[in-house]
Amino acid sequence: MREIEYAAPTTVDEAVSALATGGPCQPFAGGTDLLVQMRSRPPSEQKLVDIKRIPEMASIALDASGLRLGAATSCWDVSQHKGLRETYPGLVEAAELIGSIQIQNRATVGGNLCNASPAADTVPALIAVGAECVIAGPGGRRTVSVEDFVTGPGTTQLREDELLVELVIPPIPARSADAYLRFIPRGEMDIAVVGAGASVTLAPDGTCTAARIALGAVGPTAFAVPAAADAIIGSSLDEAALERAAAASREAANPIDDKRGTISYRRTVAGVLTRRAIRIAATRATERSS
Amino acid sequence: MARKTHVQATINGEQTEFLCQPHESLSEVLRNELDMTGTKEGCTTGDCGACSVLLDGRLVCGCLVLAVEADGSEITTIEGMATGQQLHPLQQKFLEHAALQCGICTPGFLVAAKALLEHNPDPSEHEVRYWLSGNLCRCTGYDKIIAAVLDAAQTMGGDAR
Amino acid sequence: MTDSNGSDRKFKWVGTRPIRHDGVDKVTGRAHYGADFDLPGMLHAHVLRSPHAHARIRRIDASKALALEGVKAVITSDDIPELPLDEASGPTNFSDLSRNVLARDKVLYHGHAVAAVAATSTRIAQEALSLIEVDYEPLPHVLDIRAAMAPGAPILHDHMRTKGLKEAPDEPSNIASKMELTRGDVDQALAEADFVIEREFETATVHQGYIEPHACVAQTNEDGQTTVWASSQGHFMIRAYSARLLRLDISQIKVIPMEIGGGFGGKTTVYLEPLAIVLSRKTGRPVKAVMTREEVFRATGPAPATLINVKFGANRDGKIVAAKCELFYEAGAFPGSPVAAGAMCILAPFDLDHFTIEGYDVVLNKPKTAAYRAPGAPPAAFAAETVIDEIARELEIDPLDLRRNNAVSKGSQAAYGPKFSDIGLIETLDALRKHPHYEAPLGENQGRGCAVGFWFNAGMQSSAEVKLNEDGTAVVVEGCPDIGGSRASLAIMAAEELGIDVYKVRPVVADTEAVGINDNTGGSRVTFATGMAVIEASQDVVRQCCERAANIWDIDAKDVIWQDGCAVATGDGAKKLDEEGKLPSMPIAEIAAGAARTGGPITGKASLNARGAGPAFAVHLVDVEVDRETGKVDIVRYTTVQDAGRAIHPSYVEGQMQGGAAQGIGWALNEEYVYDADGVLANPGFLDYRMPVALDLPMIDTVVVEVPNPRHPYGVRGVGEVPIVPPIPAIANAIHDATGVRMRKLPMSPPNLLAELTRAGRA
Repeated sequence: MREIEYAAPTTVDEAVSALATGGPCQPFAGGTDLLVQMRSRPPSEQKLVDIKRIPEMASIALDASGLRLGAATSCWDVSQHKGLRETYPGLVEAAELIGSIQIQNRATVGGNLCNASPAADTVPALIAVGAECVIAGPGGRRTVSVEDFVTGPGTTQLREDELLVELVIPPIPARSADAYLRFIPRGEMDIAVVGAGASVTLAPDGTCTAARIALGAVGPTAFAVPAAADAIIGSSLDEAALERAAAASREAANPIDDKRGTISYRRTVAGVLTRRAIRIAATRATERSS
Repeated sequence: MARKTHVQATINGEQTEFLCQPHESLSEVLRNELDMTGTKEGCTTGDCGACSVLLDGRLVCGCLVLAVEADGSEITTIEGMATGQQLHPLQQKFLEHAALQCGICTPGFLVAAKALLEHNPDPSEHEVRYWLSGNLCRCTGYDKIIAAVLDAAQTMGGDAR
Repeated sequence: MTDSNGSDRKFKWVGTRPIRHDGVDKVTGRAHYGADFDLPGMLHAHVLRSPHAHARIRRIDASKALALEGVKAVITSDDIPELPLDEASGPTNFSDLSRNVLARDKVLYHGHAVAAVAATSTRIAQEALSLIEVDYEPLPHVLDIRAAMAPGAPILHDHMRTKGLKEAPDEPSNIASKMELTRGDVDQALAEADFVIEREFETATVHQGYIEPHACVAQTNEDGQTTVWASSQGHFMIRAYSARLLRLDISQIKVIPMEIGGGFGGKTTVYLEPLAIVLSRKTGRPVKAVMTREEVFRATGPAPATLINVKFGANRDGKIVAAKCELFYEAGAFPGSPVAAGAMCILAPFDLDHFTIEGYDVVLNKPKTAAYRAPGAPPAAFAAETVIDEIARELEIDPLDLRRNNAVSKGSQAAYGPKFSDIGLIETLDALRKHPHYEAPLGENQGRGCAVGFWFNAGMQSSAEVKLNEDGTAVVVEGCPDIGGSRASLAIMAAEELGIDVYKVRPVVADTEAVGINDNTGGSRVTFATGMAVIEASQDVVRQCCERAANIWDIDAKDVIWQDGCAVATGDGAKKLDEEGKLPSMPIAEIAAGAARTGGPITGKASLNARGAGPAFAVHLVDVEVDRETGKVDIVRYTTVQDAGRAIHPSYVEGQMQGGAAQGIGWALNEEYVYDADGVLANPGFLDYRMPVALDLPMIDTVVVEVPNPRHPYGVRGVGEVPIVPPIPAIANAIHDATGVRMRKLPMSPPNLLAELTRAGRA
């Protein structure tokens, strides 16, 4: 019989045990991707392990040592957290761009990451701030970078019996800020045609001393573009430097043609968003130092 | 057939219980088990908002919530918007502004707008449009819906801020 | 029926904005739409759909599905009658319709219905679908118009020979028909014109996008009587089509109209109803059939993709002297695109002595197209109105002036044939010129464009009854599903005639057994034609009331008039009453109370085929802002001006103007069917079929112009369809104004616009 089973553990250990019992098994948070995917296939056996009742997984801990964001924290809660918005505005922007208010109240940062759509909004933003993933399994916990966590379209490092528990983000240095931009054809509700995350650090004289640029929806996974960062590090973020960064993004982009965009269009827009995201991050970084 | 799960929830202020299978969505159960067909289904993928309900005070798509998850929660649907014979100001304004033509999206919009005004009692036109972008309307072009929501906000005291 | 069009009349209710009578049910969730109805013992039906764009069906084996616990029946085309290929009634070919409802011998598009299952739950029905084995022989398929017309193209229908050619061909073709409209000598006139502009346009397949998927419940009793609860644009159509397809007496089928969640033309035909009826007959149980959103996109009629060539000849003085148009519309898997309507509309706003218009209906392996709001007209206007804008620019004439100088008016011979009576094109152009939007300043990267639209509007059949209750309140019984507030408009008209408060009138959309025949809610005809029937029926009640009063007063009926809801004695009759010391006025409530004594219940009726539908013109003005780096277009400001003849309920007239504009905007900017090489639709959902959301649109300003239609008692013209016609060219013209680039392909989506901007060096 092709049936669904539902379990709602209240601790991480219980969840890991539930996932380890064998048979098709899936952690279930907001369900905004999972339920849609399940319905697009013929009915099949599936055990859904609801992780929303685990307090540790829906928490936001922000302090001088950085951010610990529970993987099952809803995008809405991320967007409403004043401290988060002040400290990591780009990350918040990415989270709050995911779908409608209805989706926001259910979708989670961790879920968006684990679904690993090449167009996922959170991933470029997480890469831009140097996030790491804390994974719990039967043998304990391990940590991997976000870039290593996503391994391909729709696939991550997670084994059958593992659970993404939280995201750890290092503290933002002084005179630094992040930004995330997404291009979609409508005003809302679309999947990203291109996503660009940027974080920059400025010297007191406005020179860029550090940067991270990441692109989404232009490759099988989101990825960092070191060449774009190199193009602006050491510069005053003048037009020429920004254009070099844009060119690097266009070069690094490896998109496909699909119903959401063509290769050439995505490459072009990757450059445009790179330039715009850097400018926004720089403006924020400047405002932080004043 | 799998054993059904027994769920208890408070729906529109009343203690309710129902049986459901794990794969059933909250919208399906509201409509099929509880005969509350005010919540509509336009797509079942969370893209149209016709199934909008409030779950523990949060605006969600009922099609993307499993009914089993609702155990112990508070749910508000369109059926709970009016108080007895008294329409909610949003419902009244929708009628006065002719903010509905076929009416299928209307319950979803009303629930979504109610959530908006509870979160932000004095929204700008842009804020209203942004919040309601998860609700599709194909008949009205949104103009009279936005006008009705802004008018309701005024009536409900939003301009007192 | 009077032809007075109400110009001199002082209305009490017409033009006011009462709250619609079905409004409270709709804002409380109480109203029942197609999927909101259940019966005890009900089964759930689901449809097996073709995985191929074109294939022969060799064999269907449903044995494993039937063996699944909970499955009660499986049907295929073996279970419905085979109709002769030429069985038709007007534009509807019933053999084609039958084969669309369930494929016979061949599947003609991905998603084409092949079989249907009834089971005790949706989940079981879906599982059963995967157990039905179908042996297909895939055939080459064709997905675009040019390829379908090319020699050697895969042929969909071996028996199809192009109709409308001078010599009947004997080779099969995918061109179902050709039609032509000609006047004067277009080649001569083009040769003599000061200059000629020739352009090609291409538009993509789009869907009506109604939020409610198709749904119905059918129950067949042991005596063969079937009841169907369905949401649709015409329950009489559901009855007639189902009876025809299943070879039943029409009297065996009763259709009860549920509320409808949008249609826009897409629900003027049948898909699920015949299947549900047959399944209910086979199982002896009620059967509910509801489409998923994906099925709606894959397998219900979209509006066709088109190729349109236009060639205009004009003189330097601003006169357009000749036009040649070729329209190629895809019909989908079966013939019947709206190319003829498109051909009839494309030149309708222009006063022309020389033109040739050719229209070609082309089949290919996509779902059978269905009507979509002013079917055929929007792509035609895209072509013509874009070229008009080019001519205006070339001649440095204001675009409204150019249109005004070539506009049709009363007495003009319409391009599609008849002489125009009173029409309002010039009035709408003048109203737009006076509007503050026309002169408002534009910002950086912004542009402004305008365009005119035309739609004929329909009359057709309507029946209504007005029943006077014992206390002088009334019930209006009609049979047109209320898709946009028509109950309110009909109640207004009855209240106006009867002279009673509009809230004392109860409008009812009745089922097929309870009211006379009504044609579909569509063609912008309900306020016009059903309105006419309601007015006539109300006048019938008034006449009877006057007779009863005359009877009671014992005076001549010709001395009794109706005023403000009262019978009033005049002339000799009034004199007589005065002598008797009686009041010369009797309110409707009193007449109603005495009805039993004076002759029985007072019921007025009318059944008509309404003639004299007034054509409608509209002009739209739009400001856009273009992001030149991404090609994204934002709609910054939008104004619609439309001739409504007489706005019965202005709020719902405005609603039609705004809703049609929004659909046109979506069609212009982002909506399109995306097919892969196998003929599979890649975007069958609201995520990637991108209709405008609230954030995509500004407030839409509406200006209602009233040039009364002389053929309607109140001057009504249909308003529902024309608003979707101008937006596409208006936006294209605005984009040109902002960027210098002319878009001639739809949608004008960011990648398409950016490609054009780049090509022109303006990115």
